[in-house]
Amino acid sequence: MGKTLTIQPVTRIEGHAKVLIELDDNGNVADAKMAIVALRGFEQFCIGRAADEMPRIVNRICGICPWSHHLASNKAVDKVYGVTPPPAGEKLRRLMQHLSWIPDKILHFYFLAAPDFIMGPDADPSVRNVLGVLKSNPDLGMKVVKMRQLGSMLIENFAGKVIHPAAGVPGGFSKPMTEAEREELLKGAEELLEFAKFSIDLAKKDIFPKYMDLIENVGVIKTGFIGTVSEDGSWEIYDGKLRMMKADGSYEDFSYEQYTDYIAEHVEPWAYVKFPYAKRWGEFALEFDNPTIYRSNCLARINVCDKMPTPLAQAELEEFREKFGRPCQYTILYNYARLIELLCNAESAVALLKDPEITDRNVRTKVEPQAGRGVGCVESLQGTLIHDYEADQNGLITRVNLIVGSTHNAAPMNLSVKQAAQALIQGGNYDQGLLNKIEIVIRAYNP
Amino acid sequence: MPVKVLEEWFNACSGCEISILNMGDALVEMLSELEFVHIPVLMDHKYYGQTGEGSQVEIPEADIAIVSGGIRNEEHKELLEEIRKKCKTLIALGSCATNGGIPALANMWTKDEALKNIYSTITTDSASPPDRVPAWLDRVFAVDEIVKVDIYIPGCPPHPKNIADALTAVLKGESWSLPERSVCDTCPTIREKKASSGTIKRSLENADFDPEKPIDQMRCLMEQGFICLGPVTRAGCRGDSDAPRCIKARIGCRGCFGPIRKGARPMVDMMGAWSSIGLNAQAVPDRRALLNRFIGAHNNLRPLPKR
Repeated sequence: MGKTLTIQPVTRIEGHAKVLIELDDNGNVADAKMAIVALRGFEQFCIGRAADEMPRIVNRICGICPWSHHLASNKAVDKVYGVTPPPAGEKLRRLMQHLSWIPDKILHFYFLAAPDFIMGPDADPSVRNVLGVLKSNPDLGMKVVKMRQLGSMLIENFAGKVIHPAAGVPGGFSKPMTEAEREELLKGAEELLEFAKFSIDLAKKDIFPKYMDLIENVGVIKTGFIGTVSEDGSWEIYDGKLRMMKADGSYEDFSYEQYTDYIAEHVEPWAYVKFPYAKRWGEFALEFDNPTIYRSNCLARINVCDKMPTPLAQAELEEFREKFGRPCQYTILYNYARLIELLCNAESAVALLKDPEITDRNVRTKVEPQAGRGVGCVESLQGTLIHDYEADQNGLITRVNLIVGSTHNAAPMNLSVKQAAQALIQGGNYDQGLLNKIEIVIRAYNP
Repeated sequence: MPVKVLEEWFNACSGCEISILNMGDALVEMLSELEFVHIPVLMDHKYYGQTGEGSQVEIPEADIAIVSGGIRNEEHKELLEEIRKKCKTLIALGSCATNGGIPALANMWTKDEALKNIYSTITTDSASPPDRVPAWLDRVFAVDEIVKVDIYIPGCPPHPKNIADALTAVLKGESWSLPERSVCDTCPTIREKKASSGTIKRSLENADFDPEKPIDQMRCLMEQGFICLGPVTRAGCRGDSDAPRCIKARIGCRGCFGPIRKGARPMVDMMGAWSSIGLNAQAVPDRRALLNRFIGAHNNLRPLPKR
């Protein structure tokens, strides 16, 4: 008799998921899937709200990447109301985007993912977590806690709230930056840049080389990728064009408004999450090598961009591509791509804080409610955010469509889970450590 | 003996959990007194055993349970009831747990109407809503509509200082609650008890202030005419800083800490606050949802009859 293993909750991720592994009579994997079992319904309950209030409502989609949702929403409302923020307003938003990613990258790498590699994938679950890392490696642990806290406090001191922010506003930003604030933020950002360099060196020396077997064999699937790039093809997370790359490395670029020509969402009866797919590239099926399946988040951004916009991150990208090619399909290397992005965000924040225009007093263009449609996109940690709003003449929302970062990865995560389960479980042999390796694959994607 | 703690999230975004981490040093100091036995965001304890073979949800015994998120589906409800059985003190963390939070705006529609619309957006392939998933309850509930809550830590997100204070109190065997004061009681802006103009302004332009000067030299945002729900919102978001969080960003409060006391009526009280300084509330769009943005559970928001 076959049986089903239910791994629930999937832990050390953001969100609610479970893995179901069906074993056949011989104890081999007949099927495996990962279901997202939560739904809140923003696309419904934003209807009727004032468009200018949307950035303070939809930030609640995600407590780890609230700034990204906040900014995508502000950009969508800018378009509904037909305004362009002044340069300093745009720069402050962009700065918040880069800065807010830093504590989140630290959170993901050290608090969520690293315990598997530092304590070991098979370690006892009671110590295979950040608390275990803190006990076994207190110096590193305290440094990590301190750096994450520094990143959060920099944002909170300047913008009031670090989680579920309010300072981005339609037309720009709610307050300018003073010279004193700039100096303090710059000092902090430079410290975070040093920590980013330390982190990627640590991972390249002590972590990835030890786990090459796992990296090359577990969770590996062949898919396309999506991400944002600037006009010249550089890695970009605040404003640019969308790029979808096929598994063979060829790609198409398109504007935000064209997203409906490229992406559709499939519904499965066993998951609340929708499964976005590249509708231009064929018929969706949740099967290995299906041409419509693409991935988002850091590995996708690193794959689709032609280059990084900052010098240290560019050197890291070159080294990465030298070793793993473009596009790289090794799922666990999301963790490597994440650290290249940590570095790039720190470099970008420092550069923006050295830009004299960042302290310009003119940070907001006044907006007037009007009827219209706006599509606002930014990258979030988990991938491309698409916020598409329509409003009536009073600026009240009449239609909302959201495709959010993590959902792009719904289909590929399922396939990675299936590949990992099939590669790892044979003849009914499994234990908690082996099953944890399947979760390591999920954690690579999230957040 | 360390105190055993379990933490679980329901209809939530993870912001409450990030707030726990944002306690920073305070959390690290407290770790010697706490033993986490279940916390999905950080630890690998599973409901059905570590190899997924169990058939019943297994939640460890704990002295303190911290739960975030409202109760949206059957699975949340079962899990919450199990957690209540296994813990001595139950803490509702964050405004979704205490009052429904932003996701309880969904209570303005029937469950079926909402699900139908969510699965028929412009990019969704035509399909019925998923049916092999934990089914939605008829509406979003706050935690205390399902089980008894011992301590409430509201906020979207809650302030790390309040979490630290509440945990410290529980460790000493005491209870804890935020004082029944308004955000205005903790706001240093200049008030003259009259509005500078007669119309209420949406957030379409920035407030009038000198960025070089501290917040206590800025005129009250409500008196400048901007929507600010400070008068009807419970204080507690400023922690040890110099002003409430959104006011620090020079922008009005939207009520994320919920009403000042249980049973308060923010809708009525806010209309009163506006008229008392000479502002005409008719200009405020979408008043029902605005004034109940974070408190849609407890039947504060419900579907209106079709016009």
